[in-house]
Amino acid sequence: MKFTLCVWRQLNSDEPGSMVSYEVDGVSEDMSFLEVLDLLNENLVVRGEEPIAFDHDCREGICGMCALVINGVPHGPEPVTTACQLHMRKFTDGQTITVEPWRAAAFPVIRDLVVDRRSLDRVIQAGGFVSVNTGSAPDANALPISKDAADRAFEAAACIGCGACVAACPNASASLFVAAKVAQFAALPQGQPERLQRAIHLVEAMDREGFGGCTNHYECEAVCPKGIPVSFIAHLNRDFLKAALMSREVRDVPPAVEAEE
Amino acid sequence: MIRLVRLFSTSVGDKLIVALTGGALLVFLLGHMLGNMTVFQGPDSLNGYAAWLQGHPLVWFFRFGLVAVFVAHVLVTVRLTKANRRARPVRYSRRVARQMSFTSRYMVLSGLVVMSFLAFHLLHLTFGVIQPEIYQLEDSQQRHDVYAMVVSGFRNPWIAGSYVLSILLLGLHLIHGAASLFQTLGINHESYTVLIRYGVYLLVTGIVLGYCSIPLLIFSGTVSLEGG
Amino acid sequence: MSILDGKVPGGPIETKWSNYRVDMKLISPTNKRKLRVIVVGSGLAGASAAASLAELGYQVDCFCFQDSPRRAHSVAAQGGINAAKNYQNDGDSVRRLFYDTVKGGDFRAREANVYRLAEISNSIIDQCVAQGVPFARDYGGLLDNRSFGGAQVSRTFYARGQTGQQLLLGCYGALSRQIGLGKVQMHSRVEMLDLVVVEGKARGIITRHLVSGRIARWAADAVVLATGGYGNVFYLSTNAMGCNVTATYRAYKRGAYFANPCFTQIHPTCIPVAGEHQSKLTLMSESLRNDGRIWVPVQPDETRAAADIPEAERDYFLERKYPAFGNLAPRDISSRAAKEVCDEGRGVGKLGRGVYLDFSDALARLGKGSIAGRYGNLFEMYEKITGENPYQRPMRIYPASHYTMGGLWVDYNLMSNIEGLHVLGEANFSDHGANRLGASALMQGLADGYFIIGDTLGNYLGSAELAEVDINHAAFADAENSVRAGIKRLLEVNGRRSVDSFHRELGNIMWEYCGMSRNAQGLRKAIDLIAELREQFWREVRVPGTNESFNVALENAGRVADFLEFAQLLCYDALSRDESCGAHFREEHQTPEGEAERNDEAFSYVSAWQFTGVGSEPIQHKEPLSFDNVALATRSYK
Repeated sequence: MKFTLCVWRQLNSDEPGSMVSYEVDGVSEDMSFLEVLDLLNENLVVRGEEPIAFDHDCREGICGMCALVINGVPHGPEPVTTACQLHMRKFTDGQTITVEPWRAAAFPVIRDLVVDRRSLDRVIQAGGFVSVNTGSAPDANALPISKDAADRAFEAAACIGCGACVAACPNASASLFVAAKVAQFAALPQGQPERLQRAIHLVEAMDREGFGGCTNHYECEAVCPKGIPVSFIAHLNRDFLKAALMSREVRDVPPAVEAEE
Repeated sequence: MIRLVRLFSTSVGDKLIVALTGGALLVFLLGHMLGNMTVFQGPDSLNGYAAWLQGHPLVWFFRFGLVAVFVAHVLVTVRLTKANRRARPVRYSRRVARQMSFTSRYMVLSGLVVMSFLAFHLLHLTFGVIQPEIYQLEDSQQRHDVYAMVVSGFRNPWIAGSYVLSILLLGLHLIHGAASLFQTLGINHESYTVLIRYGVYLLVTGIVLGYCSIPLLIFSGTVSLEGG
Repeated sequence: MSILDGKVPGGPIETKWSNYRVDMKLISPTNKRKLRVIVVGSGLAGASAAASLAELGYQVDCFCFQDSPRRAHSVAAQGGINAAKNYQNDGDSVRRLFYDTVKGGDFRAREANVYRLAEISNSIIDQCVAQGVPFARDYGGLLDNRSFGGAQVSRTFYARGQTGQQLLLGCYGALSRQIGLGKVQMHSRVEMLDLVVVEGKARGIITRHLVSGRIARWAADAVVLATGGYGNVFYLSTNAMGCNVTATYRAYKRGAYFANPCFTQIHPTCIPVAGEHQSKLTLMSESLRNDGRIWVPVQPDETRAAADIPEAERDYFLERKYPAFGNLAPRDISSRAAKEVCDEGRGVGKLGRGVYLDFSDALARLGKGSIAGRYGNLFEMYEKITGENPYQRPMRIYPASHYTMGGLWVDYNLMSNIEGLHVLGEANFSDHGANRLGASALMQGLADGYFIIGDTLGNYLGSAELAEVDINHAAFADAENSVRAGIKRLLEVNGRRSVDSFHRELGNIMWEYCGMSRNAQGLRKAIDLIAELREQFWREVRVPGTNESFNVALENAGRVADFLEFAQLLCYDALSRDESCGAHFREEHQTPEGEAERNDEAFSYVSAWQFTGVGSEPIQHKEPLSFDNVALATRSYK
């Protein structure tokens, strides 16, 4: 198979970028989309050009590192599939394929298709956890948790933090990401003590990082490689409303400090 | 109090304000529609209803309340929209929507159209600026002849047409708005999703038909100046 | 050669750890605040260690090469995590978990470490549940367990097929909390390129920031490496693309001993290679073997489709050779059997390197619904990758490099022979011997990070004489210069071949001569071939761009350069271990039926290798292994 790849090239966060076209020949339908980029990069290197930078690591759909908008859709045309699990048999020979990075103010481009997603980490640092020190846990079976609640928590916890929800959202909102974290712990007894504070802190952190707000387009759900539903966002809203009306104090979270390079 | 201000300045807080004010406006729309329906009972009914409203001791309270709710709905939406635009400074060269509905995509646009229609509507029937000649009429009981004003107004094809068009756009705005209201207030459960969706369709269809029936029936001559 | 002391405390094995903890030095909270610890790696071992150390009060700097600590490759572990909770009342105990792990490792692990691991296993589950890890539960709301990897008890805790992800997110949460509190400085997209040793003690590292290319020095009172395994020395493996040996290998070059590098685990159920551009192999859960039957055609060079081959012309080779365990034979045994039939030309698939994993019997017996309930998501994943529907035609599977038991040598304190250099998780060698059992890697990573390092590192810091050292010390300048020289050298070759092409070629050599089965002649050949390839690399590699930018080719080149040296070490170790044990199969040492033949008399020791220079044979040191609590036995799965 042969393809024309239209790829976003950008040297670094300061320089402007542009779409550049490349021909790739000798592609087999068993290759993954990232392997086509590998092949293209190998050709570029041999020609003495710098390869296209793109994030990838596990290549089995779980680390959340790959982040490509392929033909206008984050993670490409296959539903519930990360870009690394996308295979070329899903494309037609000779097709032109556009490849762009996630686009959001909170995800500045580092180079080519690589963006800085530490904003998502900082959101979690604001309270996306259960505060429990090592060694202070009671026996694992001390608190029974209904299977239903455990399954719901799992469904929310399946988030791989790739940021496709942000990339797809017309508002570049991280609501689905935040909601999944809030809902995971809200479903479990271990998450209850910090439940309302967590909802507030995560939402405030999301705003601080420059993500947009949710206006219920549900594009996030459509591209989420783990199929996380928007009903979790409703859950987040519910917890937030409850927190706004009923919590007695709102603890301040110290602003995130970036480690020096 | 400070805590409330802080929490309602977040994106989710803003959304809640938009949802709650939108909900209040929806209730108003329903009430307004039901009141307007008295036009089908003849001049006496509508003019009586209008006079009752005018004379109600709480009328100014509701008027100011309504304006405040409306202004909040618009201003907070503007703030949210600005923040949302800022969140994506560079656009995609190619972007294919997967699930986004037509109504959600043009929410701001439909809102703006509805808002300009509203201005027109107020100038037309509340302040009597557009057709002053029909605004001054009085009925046999020396009440403001709202019936005559409405019926004469909607005899004009431009006015009736733009009214119907705006109501249709309002309907689009409401389909997304009413469904979002549930989502934003946290009412979303797979068991009720279908119920909510079709409930919203039903409600919005009712509102659109209710409002449109007035100009359409007047324009078609079914409702005439003589009443009935 | 010297004899290494594992520093195992005295006393009966059941009380070694608890008694030892009582005698450890403690540090006052005010003094802990003044102590700085570097943790490299943010997987299960690294993140749990960084979080736990910060909770104790140390100042922690944590480094990972990914953009977020949540992406470390622990995230990809599917199966589960073992613990001796005995919630199922099926006769499990700490002692039994200990025994199974030592036996599974074919008696090449350090007894005391394994016992401690089994002991701690229960606390890990408690800790993870408290963090909100959504383990599978039964309808009564209690934790569910399954039997895994041929264990006779159900001791494996799991979260669907994403146990590693859920455990890692637990650690990541704990780590994020400490970052938010300012106790951990997190450095992502930063790669460790050298270890700094001052007066015999590990006192810092040199890093390269992958975005800006900035080379930086970091000083600390101790260094903890939790940088994972080296499975990517085979190029194709189930490891993530970024997994590399650089951190541990450069520590090795600074004097740390590398132990048992030849113990590399090959996982039998992976999706076979589809073509020359393949970049990685995907693991399919071993649980598939519970219902699938493995076979190849009887005739070599068979061209018919699977469905057209009559029953009489199929060879269910595992069932034939191991009637008792059949398709559930252990990983190493199943893998070798698959390789054997493919070597005979009976392999299936385009490239002839694959065997069928056939569900047609199970589908007929249980129905499609039932099979979909058990393996639905795996079948979908298989179809996604291969484009074939496993409900209609048998899956094709083949073994792939998966986990590496070897790693930097550590004593009972998880400290290497360099004082102050601690090594955790897959990066050390300690607990799995010559073969790791399913669901015990996650257990080990978390045991090391949550429950061991906090104690043993405190003991070290409380008793060590640590001179004031800052980044202006000459040792830092030395290390930085050597890092810079290495980068400059890579950029200056300016040849015509890509880094990947060398990595691929290295992988082929390793897989061919040092993969599932090895022999002396092949290993010697491999050592020569690697030397040649390395020479070629330094003549012909092309690394475009500069150091001062985000340069993926450059970072990859550094890692492959290290693999090209490390691969030789692996072969030397495989050559010197002239016995078959666990995952290490030497063709010279097999029973007439082709089973591994261990030689306890001559090889009951850990080989720990000392660096002597690139290309020259390393020096071997030995840590003798004694088994006082389990009887040495021959594994038999007939």
